[in-house]
Amino acid sequence: MMEQNAPPMMNIVSTAALLRELVEHLRHHRTELREEWARRITEARLLTAMSDEEIFAEATSVYDNYVAALETGTFEALQTYSRNLSERIIPRGVETHEVVGIVLLLRDVLARSLFAKHQSDFQLLNRILDAYEPAANRIANTVAVGFVQERERIIREQQEAIRELSTPVLQVRERLLILPIIGVIDPQRARQLTEQLLRGIRANRARVVVIDITGVAAMDSHVANHLVQTVEASRLLGATVIVTGLSPEIAQTLVKIGVDLGKMNTVGDLQGGIEEAERLLGYRVVPSQEVPAQISGFRDGA
Amino acid sequence: MSVPILKQSQYLIATIQSALTDEDLLTLQAKLVQSVGKFRSRGVIVDVTALDVLDSFASRTLRDIAHIIRLRGAETVIVGIQPEVAFAMVQLGITLEKVSTALDLEEGLAYLDKRLPHAAASP
Repeated sequence: MMEQNAPPMMNIVSTAALLRELVEHLRHHRTELREEWARRITEARLLTAMSDEEIFAEATSVYDNYVAALETGTFEALQTYSRNLSERIIPRGVETHEVVGIVLLLRDVLARSLFAKHQSDFQLLNRILDAYEPAANRIANTVAVGFVQERERIIREQQEAIRELSTPVLQVRERLLILPIIGVIDPQRARQLTEQLLRGIRANRARVVVIDITGVAAMDSHVANHLVQTVEASRLLGATVIVTGLSPEIAQTLVKIGVDLGKMNTVGDLQGGIEEAERLLGYRVVPSQEVPAQISGFRDGA
Repeated sequence: MSVPILKQSQYLIATIQSALTDEDLLTLQAKLVQSVGKFRSRGVIVDVTALDVLDSFASRTLRDIAHIIRLRGAETVIVGIQPEVAFAMVQLGITLEKVSTALDLEEGLAYLDKRLPHAAASP
Protein backbone atom coordinates (compact mmCIF):
# COMPACT_ATOMS: atom_id res chain seq x y z
CA MET A 1 0.00 0.00 0.00
CA MET A 2 2.94 2.22 0.63
CA GLU A 3 3.84 2.26 -3.01
CA GLN A 4 0.39 3.32 -4.14
CA ASN A 5 0.48 6.23 -1.77
CA ALA A 6 3.85 7.32 -2.97
CA PRO A 7 3.83 10.64 -4.85
CA PRO A 8 3.45 10.24 -8.64
CA MET A 9 6.81 11.87 -9.21
CA MET A 10 8.51 8.80 -7.78
CA ASN A 11 6.83 6.53 -10.35
CA ILE A 12 8.14 8.44 -13.28
CA VAL A 13 11.76 7.78 -12.64
CA SER A 14 13.23 7.81 -16.10
CA THR A 15 14.56 4.70 -17.77
CA ALA A 16 17.91 6.40 -17.99
CA ALA A 17 18.07 6.87 -14.25
CA LEU A 18 17.09 3.25 -13.69
CA LEU A 19 19.81 2.10 -16.07
CA ARG A 20 22.26 4.32 -14.24
CA GLU A 21 21.31 2.70 -10.99
CA LEU A 22 21.59 -0.70 -12.62
CA VAL A 23 25.05 0.07 -13.99
CA GLU A 24 26.08 1.25 -10.53
CA HIS A 25 24.91 -2.05 -9.11
CA LEU A 26 26.76 -4.08 -11.75
CA ARG A 27 29.96 -2.09 -11.22
CA HIS A 28 29.72 -2.54 -7.50
CA HIS A 29 29.26 -6.30 -7.66
CA ARG A 30 31.55 -6.77 -10.62
CA THR A 31 33.81 -9.35 -8.99
CA GLU A 32 31.23 -11.75 -7.66
CA LEU A 33 28.89 -11.51 -10.65
CA ARG A 34 31.74 -12.15 -13.02
CA GLU A 35 32.86 -15.16 -11.00
CA GLU A 36 29.33 -16.45 -10.79
CA TRP A 37 29.01 -16.13 -14.55
CA ALA A 38 32.32 -17.90 -15.27
CA ARG A 39 31.26 -20.66 -12.88
CA ARG A 40 27.92 -21.07 -14.65
CA ILE A 41 29.69 -21.22 -18.02
CA THR A 42 31.91 -24.05 -16.82
CA GLU A 43 28.93 -25.79 -15.24
CA ALA A 44 26.94 -25.64 -18.44
CA ARG A 45 29.93 -27.13 -20.28
CA LEU A 46 30.11 -24.22 -22.67
CA LEU A 47 33.37 -23.07 -24.27
CA THR A 48 34.95 -26.45 -23.61
CA ALA A 49 37.66 -25.58 -26.12
CA MET A 50 39.00 -22.92 -23.76
CA SER A 51 40.75 -23.20 -20.38
CA ASP A 52 39.17 -21.82 -17.16
CA GLU A 53 41.65 -18.93 -17.08
CA GLU A 54 40.82 -18.00 -20.66
CA ILE A 55 37.12 -18.18 -19.94
CA PHE A 56 37.58 -15.93 -16.94
CA ALA A 57 39.65 -13.42 -18.87
CA GLU A 58 37.13 -13.28 -21.74
CA ALA A 59 34.27 -13.19 -19.25
CA THR A 60 35.81 -10.15 -17.61
CA SER A 61 36.11 -8.19 -20.79
CA VAL A 62 32.68 -9.24 -22.05
CA TYR A 63 31.25 -8.19 -18.72
CA ASP A 64 32.89 -4.76 -18.86
CA ASN A 65 31.79 -4.21 -22.43
CA TYR A 66 28.32 -5.35 -21.50
CA VAL A 67 28.10 -2.85 -18.66
CA ALA A 68 29.55 -0.14 -20.86
CA ALA A 69 26.92 -0.82 -23.51
CA LEU A 70 24.19 -0.63 -20.86
CA GLU A 71 25.59 2.63 -19.60
CA THR A 72 26.09 4.44 -22.86
CA GLY A 73 23.25 2.87 -24.77
CA THR A 74 25.51 2.68 -27.84
CA PHE A 75 26.46 -0.64 -29.32
CA GLU A 76 29.26 0.21 -31.72
CA ALA A 77 31.99 -0.57 -29.21
CA LEU A 78 30.30 -3.81 -28.29
CA GLN A 79 29.89 -4.69 -31.95
CA THR A 80 33.58 -4.17 -32.59
CA TYR A 81 34.44 -6.06 -29.47
CA SER A 82 32.23 -9.03 -30.33
CA ARG A 83 33.72 -9.13 -33.82
CA ASN A 84 37.23 -9.23 -32.35
CA LEU A 85 36.16 -11.83 -29.83
CA SER A 86 34.69 -13.97 -32.62
CA GLU A 87 37.88 -13.64 -34.62
CA ARG A 88 39.81 -14.96 -31.62
CA ILE A 89 37.53 -17.80 -30.63
CA ILE A 90 36.25 -19.12 -33.97
CA PRO A 91 39.60 -20.75 -34.83
CA ARG A 92 39.40 -22.45 -31.43
CA GLY A 93 36.28 -24.27 -32.54
CA VAL A 94 33.73 -22.32 -30.51
CA GLU A 95 30.22 -22.96 -31.78
CA THR A 96 27.36 -20.53 -32.31
CA HIS A 97 25.19 -22.16 -29.63
CA GLU A 98 28.00 -21.65 -27.10
CA VAL A 99 28.26 -17.95 -27.79
CA VAL A 100 24.49 -17.50 -27.61
CA GLY A 101 24.51 -19.68 -24.49
CA ILE A 102 27.06 -17.61 -22.57
CA VAL A 103 25.41 -14.31 -23.42
CA LEU A 104 22.06 -15.64 -22.25
CA LEU A 105 23.75 -16.95 -19.11
CA LEU A 106 25.12 -13.51 -18.33
CA ARG A 107 21.69 -12.05 -18.81
CA ASP A 108 20.35 -14.65 -16.44
CA VAL A 109 23.06 -14.07 -13.82
CA LEU A 110 22.50 -10.34 -13.86
CA ALA A 111 18.73 -10.67 -13.73
CA ARG A 112 19.02 -12.96 -10.72
CA SER A 113 21.18 -10.48 -8.89
CA LEU A 114 18.56 -7.82 -9.58
CA PHE A 115 15.86 -10.11 -8.19
CA ALA A 116 17.97 -10.66 -5.08
CA LYS A 117 18.59 -6.97 -4.60
CA HIS A 118 15.07 -5.72 -5.13
CA GLN A 119 12.99 -8.62 -3.89
CA SER A 120 11.42 -6.42 -1.23
CA ASP A 121 10.32 -3.77 -3.69
CA PHE A 122 8.39 -5.55 -6.39
CA GLN A 123 7.36 -2.43 -8.30
CA LEU A 124 10.85 -1.08 -8.49
CA LEU A 125 12.09 -4.47 -9.63
CA ASN A 126 9.52 -4.44 -12.39
CA ARG A 127 10.59 -1.02 -13.58
CA ILE A 128 14.24 -1.95 -13.47
CA LEU A 129 13.52 -5.08 -15.47
CA ASP A 130 11.53 -2.99 -17.95
CA ALA A 131 14.62 -0.91 -18.48
CA TYR A 132 17.04 -3.79 -18.38
CA GLU A 133 15.34 -6.36 -20.59
CA PRO A 134 15.29 -4.47 -23.91
CA ALA A 135 18.89 -3.40 -23.46
CA ALA A 136 19.98 -6.92 -22.50
CA ASN A 137 18.14 -8.40 -25.48
CA ARG A 138 19.80 -5.96 -27.80
CA ILE A 139 23.19 -6.80 -26.36
CA ALA A 140 22.61 -10.55 -26.70
CA ASN A 141 21.44 -9.95 -30.23
CA THR A 142 24.49 -7.82 -31.09
CA VAL A 143 26.97 -10.36 -29.77
CA ALA A 144 25.28 -13.34 -31.44
CA VAL A 145 24.87 -11.57 -34.76
CA GLY A 146 28.47 -10.38 -34.61
CA PHE A 147 29.61 -13.93 -34.09
CA VAL A 148 27.52 -15.36 -36.90
CA GLN A 149 28.59 -12.60 -39.30
CA GLU A 150 32.22 -13.24 -38.51
CA ARG A 151 31.69 -16.93 -39.11
CA GLU A 152 30.00 -16.28 -42.41
CA ARG A 153 32.79 -13.96 -43.44
CA ILE A 154 35.34 -16.68 -42.70
CA ILE A 155 33.32 -19.25 -44.61
CA ARG A 156 33.05 -16.95 -47.61
CA GLU A 157 36.77 -16.28 -47.56
CA GLN A 158 37.57 -19.96 -47.33
CA GLN A 159 35.22 -20.80 -50.17
CA GLU A 160 36.93 -18.24 -52.32
CA ALA A 161 40.34 -19.55 -51.36
CA ILE A 162 39.29 -23.08 -52.23
CA ARG A 163 37.89 -21.92 -55.52
CA GLU A 164 41.13 -20.19 -56.45
CA LEU A 165 43.38 -22.97 -55.26
CA SER A 166 41.46 -25.83 -56.54
CA THR A 167 41.71 -25.90 -60.28
CA PRO A 168 45.16 -25.72 -61.77
CA VAL A 169 45.42 -26.84 -65.38
CA LEU A 170 49.06 -27.68 -65.90
CA GLN A 171 51.07 -28.38 -68.99
CA VAL A 172 53.58 -31.17 -68.40
CA ARG A 173 54.68 -31.58 -71.97
CA GLU A 174 53.98 -29.98 -75.30
CA ARG A 175 50.35 -30.85 -76.05
CA LEU A 176 49.84 -32.63 -72.70
CA LEU A 177 47.84 -31.13 -69.84
CA ILE A 178 47.15 -32.50 -66.42
CA LEU A 179 44.26 -31.51 -64.22
CA PRO A 180 44.69 -32.80 -60.68
CA ILE A 181 41.41 -32.58 -58.80
CA ILE A 182 41.53 -32.58 -55.01
CA GLY A 183 38.69 -32.44 -52.55
CA VAL A 184 34.96 -32.31 -52.85
CA ILE A 185 33.46 -31.52 -56.24
CA ASP A 186 30.19 -29.65 -56.01
CA PRO A 187 28.21 -28.72 -59.10
CA GLN A 188 29.59 -25.19 -59.14
CA ARG A 189 33.18 -26.37 -58.89
CA ALA A 190 32.55 -29.02 -61.52
CA ARG A 191 31.34 -26.36 -63.92
CA GLN A 192 34.36 -24.24 -63.19
CA LEU A 193 36.73 -27.17 -63.69
CA THR A 194 35.22 -27.93 -67.07
CA GLU A 195 35.41 -24.34 -68.18
CA GLN A 196 39.05 -24.02 -67.18
CA LEU A 197 39.97 -27.31 -68.78
CA LEU A 198 38.32 -26.49 -72.10
CA ARG A 199 39.95 -23.05 -72.15
CA GLY A 200 43.27 -24.69 -71.24
CA ILE A 201 42.96 -27.14 -74.10
CA ARG A 202 42.46 -24.30 -76.51
CA ALA A 203 45.15 -22.05 -75.08
CA ASN A 204 47.80 -24.80 -74.91
CA ARG A 205 46.68 -26.61 -78.04
CA ALA A 206 46.53 -29.78 -76.01
CA ARG A 207 45.97 -33.13 -77.63
CA VAL A 208 45.88 -35.25 -74.51
CA VAL A 209 44.58 -34.38 -71.05
CA VAL A 210 45.09 -36.43 -67.92
CA ILE A 211 42.44 -35.78 -65.25
CA ASP A 212 43.65 -37.17 -61.96
CA ILE A 213 41.00 -37.72 -59.31
CA THR A 214 43.14 -39.49 -56.70
CA GLY A 215 42.33 -36.67 -54.28
CA VAL A 216 38.58 -36.97 -54.71
CA ALA A 217 37.01 -38.93 -51.88
CA ALA A 218 33.50 -39.37 -53.20
CA MET A 219 31.46 -38.65 -56.26
CA ASP A 220 27.71 -38.61 -56.81
CA SER A 221 25.91 -39.33 -60.04
CA HIS A 222 25.57 -35.65 -60.87
CA VAL A 223 29.31 -35.04 -60.68
CA ALA A 224 30.09 -38.33 -62.43
CA ASN A 225 27.86 -37.34 -65.33
CA HIS A 226 29.52 -33.98 -65.42
CA LEU A 227 32.88 -35.71 -65.67
CA VAL A 228 31.64 -37.77 -68.60
CA GLN A 229 30.36 -34.60 -70.25
CA THR A 230 33.71 -32.94 -69.73
CA VAL A 231 35.42 -35.86 -71.41
CA GLU A 232 33.06 -35.62 -74.38
CA ALA A 233 33.39 -31.86 -74.67
CA SER A 234 37.18 -32.18 -74.63
CA ARG A 235 36.93 -34.69 -77.43
CA LEU A 236 34.91 -32.21 -79.48
CA LEU A 237 37.88 -29.88 -79.15
CA GLY A 238 40.08 -32.63 -80.46
CA ALA A 239 41.68 -33.69 -77.19
CA THR A 240 41.76 -37.18 -75.76
CA VAL A 241 41.07 -37.45 -72.04
CA ILE A 242 42.58 -40.03 -69.72
CA VAL A 243 41.08 -40.29 -66.26
CA THR A 244 43.37 -41.63 -63.55
CA GLY A 245 43.24 -42.42 -59.87
CA LEU A 246 39.67 -43.67 -59.54
CA SER A 247 39.50 -44.99 -55.99
CA PRO A 248 37.88 -48.40 -55.40
CA GLU A 249 34.94 -46.67 -53.72
CA ILE A 250 34.37 -44.26 -56.58
CA ALA A 251 34.74 -47.03 -59.14
CA GLN A 252 32.12 -49.10 -57.33
CA THR A 253 29.78 -46.16 -56.94
CA LEU A 254 30.06 -45.29 -60.61
CA VAL A 255 29.24 -48.81 -61.67
CA LYS A 256 26.41 -49.05 -59.16
CA ILE A 257 24.74 -45.84 -60.28
CA GLY A 258 25.18 -46.91 -63.87
CA VAL A 259 27.27 -44.04 -65.23
CA ASP A 260 28.28 -44.82 -68.77
CA LEU A 261 32.04 -45.01 -68.54
CA GLY A 262 32.42 -46.67 -71.91
CA LYS A 263 33.51 -43.38 -73.41
CA MET A 264 36.10 -42.83 -70.75
CA ASN A 265 39.71 -43.81 -71.05
CA THR A 266 40.88 -44.77 -67.55
CA VAL A 267 44.30 -45.70 -66.21
CA GLY A 268 45.08 -46.76 -62.64
CA ASP A 269 47.32 -43.97 -61.40
CA LEU A 270 48.69 -40.63 -62.51
CA GLN A 271 52.05 -42.10 -63.52
CA GLY A 272 50.35 -44.67 -65.74
CA GLY A 273 48.15 -41.94 -67.17
CA ILE A 274 51.09 -39.75 -68.10
CA GLU A 275 52.92 -42.71 -69.62
CA GLU A 276 49.88 -43.57 -71.69
CA ALA A 277 49.53 -39.93 -72.74
CA GLU A 278 53.18 -39.83 -73.80
CA ARG A 279 52.63 -42.95 -75.83
CA LEU A 280 49.63 -41.37 -77.55
CA LEU A 281 51.73 -38.30 -78.33
CA GLY A 282 54.56 -40.41 -79.69
CA TYR A 283 57.05 -39.72 -76.91
CA ARG A 284 59.37 -42.38 -75.66
CA VAL A 285 61.07 -41.81 -72.33
CA VAL A 286 64.44 -43.52 -72.12
CA PRO A 287 66.67 -43.47 -69.04
CA SER A 288 69.88 -41.58 -69.70
CA GLN A 289 73.27 -43.16 -68.97
CA GLU A 290 74.50 -40.10 -67.15
CA VAL A 291 72.97 -39.50 -63.76
CA PRO A 292 73.28 -35.88 -62.65
CA ALA A 293 75.41 -35.35 -59.54
CA GLN A 294 72.53 -33.94 -57.49
CA ILE A 295 70.70 -37.24 -57.39
CA SER A 296 73.59 -39.69 -57.53
CA GLY A 297 74.31 -39.30 -53.84
CA PHE A 298 77.35 -37.04 -54.29
CA ARG A 299 77.52 -33.33 -53.74
CA ASP A 300 80.19 -31.09 -55.08
CA GLY A 301 81.63 -28.38 -52.88
CA ALA A 302 80.23 -25.53 -54.97
CA MET B 1 25.04 -17.73 -97.19
CA SER B 2 26.93 -20.36 -99.07
CA VAL B 3 30.07 -21.96 -97.76
CA PRO B 4 33.19 -21.88 -99.95
CA ILE B 5 34.83 -25.24 -100.47
CA LEU B 6 38.56 -25.10 -101.14
CA LYS B 7 40.54 -27.89 -102.69
CA GLN B 8 43.95 -28.41 -101.13
CA SER B 9 45.79 -31.34 -102.80
CA GLN B 10 43.72 -34.37 -101.82
CA TYR B 11 41.72 -32.58 -99.13
CA LEU B 12 38.64 -30.40 -99.25
CA ILE B 13 38.33 -27.56 -96.76
CA ALA B 14 34.96 -25.98 -96.00
CA THR B 15 35.14 -22.96 -93.73
CA ILE B 16 31.81 -21.89 -92.28
CA GLN B 17 32.00 -18.13 -91.85
CA SER B 18 28.70 -17.20 -90.27
CA ALA B 19 25.57 -18.76 -88.86
CA LEU B 20 23.88 -21.00 -91.42
CA THR B 21 20.24 -21.75 -92.01
CA ASP B 22 19.10 -25.35 -92.17
CA GLU B 23 18.87 -25.00 -95.93
CA ASP B 24 22.45 -23.70 -96.18
CA LEU B 25 23.60 -26.72 -94.19
CA LEU B 26 21.87 -29.12 -96.52
CA THR B 27 23.40 -27.32 -99.53
CA LEU B 28 26.82 -27.65 -97.92
CA GLN B 29 26.22 -31.35 -97.36
CA ALA B 30 25.21 -31.91 -101.00
CA LYS B 31 28.12 -29.89 -102.33
CA LEU B 32 30.69 -31.66 -100.17
CA VAL B 33 29.40 -35.12 -100.98
CA GLN B 34 29.49 -34.29 -104.68
CA SER B 35 32.92 -32.66 -104.58
CA VAL B 36 34.53 -35.59 -102.80
CA GLY B 37 33.72 -37.73 -105.80
CA LYS B 38 34.56 -35.07 -108.36
CA PHE B 39 38.02 -34.27 -106.96
CA ARG B 40 38.70 -37.78 -105.72
CA SER B 41 39.46 -36.30 -102.32
CA ARG B 42 40.69 -38.43 -99.44
CA GLY B 43 39.91 -36.07 -96.61
CA VAL B 44 37.41 -33.32 -95.74
CA ILE B 45 37.79 -30.62 -93.10
CA VAL B 46 34.81 -28.61 -91.92
CA ASP B 47 35.91 -25.55 -89.94
CA VAL B 48 33.29 -24.24 -87.51
CA THR B 49 35.53 -21.76 -85.62
CA ALA B 50 33.25 -18.85 -86.47
CA LEU B 51 30.15 -20.47 -84.99
CA ASP B 52 29.20 -19.63 -81.44
CA VAL B 53 26.18 -21.90 -81.54
CA LEU B 54 25.77 -25.38 -82.92
CA ASP B 55 22.16 -26.46 -82.63
CA SER B 56 20.90 -30.01 -82.92
CA PHE B 57 20.13 -29.76 -86.63
CA ALA B 58 23.59 -28.40 -87.44
CA SER B 59 25.23 -31.07 -85.30
CA ARG B 60 23.20 -33.81 -86.92
CA THR B 61 24.04 -32.51 -90.37
CA LEU B 62 27.75 -32.43 -89.53
CA ARG B 63 27.49 -36.01 -88.29
CA ASP B 64 25.62 -37.04 -91.45
CA ILE B 65 28.23 -35.37 -93.62
CA ALA B 66 30.99 -37.31 -91.85
CA HIS B 67 29.14 -40.61 -92.18
CA ILE B 68 28.18 -40.10 -95.84
CA ILE B 69 31.70 -39.05 -96.78
CA ARG B 70 33.09 -42.13 -95.08
CA LEU B 71 30.81 -44.20 -97.36
CA ARG B 72 32.28 -42.27 -100.27
CA GLY B 73 35.74 -43.38 -99.16
CA ALA B 74 37.10 -40.27 -97.45
CA GLU B 75 37.71 -39.07 -93.90
CA THR B 76 36.06 -36.04 -92.31
CA VAL B 77 37.34 -33.90 -89.44
CA ILE B 78 35.31 -31.18 -87.74
CA VAL B 79 37.66 -28.48 -86.47
CA GLY B 80 37.42 -25.34 -84.36
CA ILE B 81 34.54 -26.11 -82.02
CA GLN B 82 34.67 -23.43 -79.31
CA PRO B 83 34.93 -24.52 -75.66
CA GLU B 84 31.54 -23.02 -74.74
CA VAL B 85 29.92 -24.55 -77.81
CA ALA B 86 31.43 -27.94 -76.99
CA PHE B 87 30.06 -27.96 -73.48
CA ALA B 88 26.66 -26.72 -74.54
CA MET B 89 26.48 -29.48 -77.17
CA VAL B 90 27.41 -32.15 -74.64
CA GLN B 91 24.79 -30.89 -72.23
CA LEU B 92 22.21 -31.19 -74.97
CA GLY B 93 23.39 -34.76 -75.52
CA ILE B 94 25.02 -34.02 -78.88
CA THR B 95 28.39 -35.72 -78.90
CA LEU B 96 29.11 -36.24 -82.60
CA GLU B 97 29.86 -39.88 -81.92
CA LYS B 98 32.15 -41.58 -84.42
CA VAL B 99 33.07 -38.23 -85.94
CA SER B 100 36.68 -37.06 -85.76
CA THR B 101 37.30 -33.63 -84.26
CA ALA B 102 40.40 -31.48 -83.95
CA LEU B 103 41.31 -28.19 -82.31
CA ASP B 104 41.79 -26.10 -85.44
CA LEU B 105 42.58 -26.28 -89.15
CA GLU B 106 46.24 -27.01 -88.54
CA GLU B 107 45.49 -29.85 -86.19
CA GLY B 108 42.87 -31.17 -88.57
CA LEU B 109 45.38 -31.27 -91.44
CA ALA B 110 47.93 -32.97 -89.17
CA TYR B 111 45.31 -35.52 -88.19
CA LEU B 112 44.43 -36.30 -91.81
CA ASP B 113 48.11 -36.54 -92.77
CA LYS B 114 48.54 -39.11 -90.06
CA ARG B 115 45.41 -41.04 -90.91
CA LEU B 116 46.06 -40.98 -94.66
CA PRO B 117 49.84 -41.18 -95.14
CA HIS B 118 49.53 -41.65 -98.89
CA ALA B 119 47.40 -38.60 -99.43
CA ALA B 120 49.81 -36.30 -97.63
CA ALA B 121 52.81 -37.29 -99.70
CA SER B 122 51.07 -36.77 -103.06
CA PRO B 123 51.93 -33.70 -105.21
